[in-house]
Amino acid sequence: MTMASDPTTLKPQIDTLFLRKRLLAFGLPALILAYFTYIFVAFDMAGLSERANLDNGKTLIRDSYSYKTHVTRDNRNAAVSIAIEGERKGAYPDGEAPAWVALGEETVIDLGDGHIVTFGPKQVSYDIPGYGLVVTEPGRRGVQAQLPEGDVPEWINASKNRLAIYTDAGRLTVTRNRSEVFKYNYGWEVFFFTLDSPYHGMGLGELLSRATSGEAGAIANDFWTNKMWRHADVAWAIFETILMAFLGTFGAAMVSLPLAFLAAKNFAPLLAIRFAMRRMFDFFRGVDALIWTIVLSRAFGPGPLTGALAILITDTGSFGKMFSEALENVDDKQIEGIQSTGAKPLQRYRFGVLPQITPVLLSQVLYFLESNTRSATIIGAITGGGIGLLLTQAIITQKDWEEVSYYIVLIILMVMLMDWLSGILRRKLIKG
Amino acid sequence: MADLTAHSPIEDIRSNYLEMTRRKRVYSAVMLAVFVALMVAGFKTADNRNAGSFFDGLHRLFDFPAEVLGEASQKLAEMPAHFVTFLPSLIETINIAGASTLLGAMIAIVLSLLSTRGLARWPRLIPLFRRLMDISRAIPEIVVALVLIFVLGGGPVPAMIAISLHTAGALGKLFSEVNENASLKPVEGLHSVGANWTQRMVLGVMPQVTPNYLSYALLRFEINIRASAILGFVGAGGIGYDLKNAMSWGKGQYDEAAAIFLLLFGTIVLVDQLSSALRHRLTHGAQTAPKQKEAVQ
Repeated sequence: MTMASDPTTLKPQIDTLFLRKRLLAFGLPALILAYFTYIFVAFDMAGLSERANLDNGKTLIRDSYSYKTHVTRDNRNAAVSIAIEGERKGAYPDGEAPAWVALGEETVIDLGDGHIVTFGPKQVSYDIPGYGLVVTEPGRRGVQAQLPEGDVPEWINASKNRLAIYTDAGRLTVTRNRSEVFKYNYGWEVFFFTLDSPYHGMGLGELLSRATSGEAGAIANDFWTNKMWRHADVAWAIFETILMAFLGTFGAAMVSLPLAFLAAKNFAPLLAIRFAMRRMFDFFRGVDALIWTIVLSRAFGPGPLTGALAILITDTGSFGKMFSEALENVDDKQIEGIQSTGAKPLQRYRFGVLPQITPVLLSQVLYFLESNTRSATIIGAITGGGIGLLLTQAIITQKDWEEVSYYIVLIILMVMLMDWLSGILRRKLIKG
Repeated sequence: MADLTAHSPIEDIRSNYLEMTRRKRVYSAVMLAVFVALMVAGFKTADNRNAGSFFDGLHRLFDFPAEVLGEASQKLAEMPAHFVTFLPSLIETINIAGASTLLGAMIAIVLSLLSTRGLARWPRLIPLFRRLMDISRAIPEIVVALVLIFVLGGGPVPAMIAISLHTAGALGKLFSEVNENASLKPVEGLHSVGANWTQRMVLGVMPQVTPNYLSYALLRFEINIRASAILGFVGAGGIGYDLKNAMSWGKGQYDEAAAIFLLLFGTIVLVDQLSSALRHRLTHGAQTAPKQKEAVQ
């Protein structure tokens, strides 16, 4: 039919089409570029380098794969204490030390690569390979640092009352009252057992053999009550987050199913009710989960229930809309069939309608369960519940970055687990 | 005798059927009981762990909205001024959502093409790109945003990066489902005339999938507006940040909070309506497009 059309009118047509395509091909990238340029200016990305604190980033990355041990000498009473991350919960018991610290009259700390720090009775010295020996004598007259000849390198910061040396092997700070060494080691030393547990530092084989000889309970208890990593609290927080998602999602499904009947064209003959229901669903969805969380936490206080209710209300809006659309698409023949046997309305819905829409509803609800696990983490961070709260707390302290990375890994695993679980359930429930 | 033998199979079938129905009913009842028990136990646990209990708080549910709305109606004259004050932060929130949807969608297009069987540049690396999308989808935006706020300082950039990352994963999965339904014939045709991978994708696949891509991206934009408001609440700029500040003024100063609530609600509803209208047009446009092509050919 179009083949027959006149070539003289066809050519201008093609020309305009090509022109339009060419304009689009160049115009669209130009438009995107222009928008990004605007964003670049509006978000002040040029000033980002000033605001950014790369040291924070370095600490964060280093802390996530290593741990720090503090060796501290109180210069007033010569007491030496060793603690992981400088926390009392991670302190070595008196008289015990890691292999690289030799306790005694002189405490010798081997930082590796030939870096040796010595806490003597009077003097503190640091032997730096390739630079020389730094000796200080902290006391009433300051730290009295004696550096090797020549310019002071920028990784040494020396003043009358304070000396700080930063090297790749570790860090030494000396003040009048305190000498302190930080050493970084790979791994998370006290992840399984704290230092006061008899099982700290044991290999897997020995632990297993002890577990089989009747100490399994004690081992599990020491792990579970680990004061640094708080495994029990973390497990509980994850459970709380999943609970929020579970209660919110299924609660919303239960609330919205009857309401959806009222919003579906073929079940609610009254236009006014339908309209009211739909606007209500729109309102529930339109007022964001953030606002619901704020409003609800005013009434119920912070906690998992508030989070669950916020998810419930928002999702009632989404489910109500989806369910009523599904209900409008049901096949009338099955309902008529049930009706012809003399079924009452409720029985008609139960046997004529529900079997038709159950697969659709279940798959949507299970999809939401997975995405709500993520929402529950976010809402938990705002309203104070679950793993989201632990994460924000760990970030606010700005030093427990190994815990932050641990929680992030746990959150990712949790969401992936729920994704996998909801996939399996979807397949099982819908096919079989 | 003959009468009995003719009767018995039907009896058998009948009793078998009733037996089966009964068993099915028992299973359903058990499932339902377990589900109800889980819901009740879960509710009780959550209620115990909450700062205030459900039944104590229920009658206070409307106190706060009433207070905010009451104050807002008292200071109704100041509302337009508040709207103007918070308009820049609203635009920032929308910009965060827009930029991150655009950026995320661009990453998602590449990732989805690389992880679709039949289209992938390196078929062996398909699992790698899939896992990459799975992981970036699994990370909640708030996690990335909080960490980046610590490193990059507060402001819209951490939020933008965090949301783009999540968007790339979420859209990537949807896009690759769209790609799987794309016809390979144009791709093979382009291949036969010597087009390289980029040309095959841009000229062979893109025209087929663009309407679906756009539709999903619009849906994502709706979601991202909500996300960027939430991220603002934890310090990433935009209207969420203003909301947090306005909330902290306390009693008697809620008119600003009310203005922000209204702005946010209005924006979300507006964007929802606009995008659903656009998506409707996109799916209908896809039906009329082939006719146009025919007319030209």
